[in-house]
Amino acid sequence: MDESLLRTLTPTVISILVRRGAGFAAAEDAVQEALIEAVRGWPDDPPRDPKGWLVTVAWRKFLDAARADTSRRHREVLVEGEPDPVPGEEVDDTLQLYFLCAHPSLTPASAVALTLRAVGGLTTRQIAQAYLVPEATMAQRISRAKRTVSAVRFNQPGDVATVLRVLYLVFNEGYSGDVDLAAEAIRLTRQLAARTKHEEVAGLLALMLLHHARRPARTAADGRLVPLAEQDRCLWDTRLIAEGVDVLQAALARDRLGEFQAQAAIAALHADARTAAETDWVQIVEWYDELVRLTGSPVARLNRAVAVGEADGPRAGLAALAELDASLPRHTAALAYLHERDGDLATAARLYAEAARSAPNLPERDHLTRQAARLNAELRD
Amino acid sequence: MAKYLLLKHYRGAPAPANDVPMDQWTPEELSAHERYMREFAARLQSTGEFVSSQALSPEGTFVRGDGEGRPPVTDGPFAETKDLIAGWMIIDVETYERALEVAAELSAAPGAGGKPIHEWLEVRPFMCALPTITE
Repeated sequence: MDESLLRTLTPTVISILVRRGAGFAAAEDAVQEALIEAVRGWPDDPPRDPKGWLVTVAWRKFLDAARADTSRRHREVLVEGEPDPVPGEEVDDTLQLYFLCAHPSLTPASAVALTLRAVGGLTTRQIAQAYLVPEATMAQRISRAKRTVSAVRFNQPGDVATVLRVLYLVFNEGYSGDVDLAAEAIRLTRQLAARTKHEEVAGLLALMLLHHARRPARTAADGRLVPLAEQDRCLWDTRLIAEGVDVLQAALARDRLGEFQAQAAIAALHADARTAAETDWVQIVEWYDELVRLTGSPVARLNRAVAVGEADGPRAGLAALAELDASLPRHTAALAYLHERDGDLATAARLYAEAARSAPNLPERDHLTRQAARLNAELRD
Repeated sequence: MAKYLLLKHYRGAPAPANDVPMDQWTPEELSAHERYMREFAARLQSTGEFVSSQALSPEGTFVRGDGEGRPPVTDGPFAETKDLIAGWMIIDVETYERALEVAAELSAAPGAGGKPIHEWLEVRPFMCALPTITE
């Protein structure tokens, strides 16, 4: 049973139903029912044309539901009538589906859930498990999201940036349980990249591939966080890195820089170094300059300060950091790191302990606590 | 989305505005309170923000292991002044502000005289797992 095939076909089949006149929510429900039937029936009796099979069954499910509906006349119009084709332009319905699921009227969390279900073909149960909430809660989130976008016209042009933001959110969740959301986000971004030549889609895909390639090295067997400089670079997936670099170079060649391409370029420079010492920090600082110029993001400024500390020495890094708001997330951790590099271990230990208290997740908190403990032990000796 | 734990205290929290112990409410007031709590949870489920909720019995015991072969060391139950948690609700909401809003709504459950208790609830963010990207 090829589950990935089903997931790949899902957005296409929803789009076909919508083009035939089904509403988005009804089409989505019908396709989910068809998917359930496929999961049950295909292992014993695989169809020769899986897409055709899904379209036929989903359309039948839709008609059943429409028949049950009281508005008989409306249903007949739907069944008989063919929707007007958009004149003079090729419309990729699957792409429209992405735009719809990432519509700005949805909250980020709802957009993510709807994208995973309608574009990704995941079941409500799988999405609920990935987000560690009860299935009933997730079902409500999804059906509310569907109601919210039900008034949005399917051929309304969407904003690529919104779609990318949603895909990046999915990637960053990165839970690996029944569903690996990072892998799922890569799969969806690949599909999107195959449909649009937008350079930021390629930039995001490259960024995801490059980060994903390094994921096996980021945590030790006991769940401990391994900082970039200490990672076992043999664990990096060189095939994914090579692909990420290729995708990035093709995007950069088109000379329309955006923030995802700039971030991917930084990730590529890290991935390119055989040892941490060989990292091209000077170039990384230049890319952070681009990133700051493109986004003005305080997080980019903070990362830039750390990179400056590597390129020009800790004093320069501390000077760059001093210009930033001290309440930024991870500001204290960066300050601690630069003070340690500068040889002021007592200050660094105190700052690491302070940073640990405000760490946003357990692996980071434990890592920072260990850093403080390590320095305190050194100071005692 | 981020998860928050809303902690309801038997003791240890600042005194609520409508500070009448439950055992001095009327049965109708108790029913109204229970109905409010049920409907509140259902409302959060319908907005996709509910994760779980649980009430706890008032009597808890502190336990400490004291080495192999020895019985665990226990302490408590405790005197009036100590903190006691009555129950919790876990929510999964878009922002910290929304978490506060939900807690405020929960705090306004009706108490004696049908008036909101306005009790103090503790809001604690969950530590989350490591995201895929941190640098």
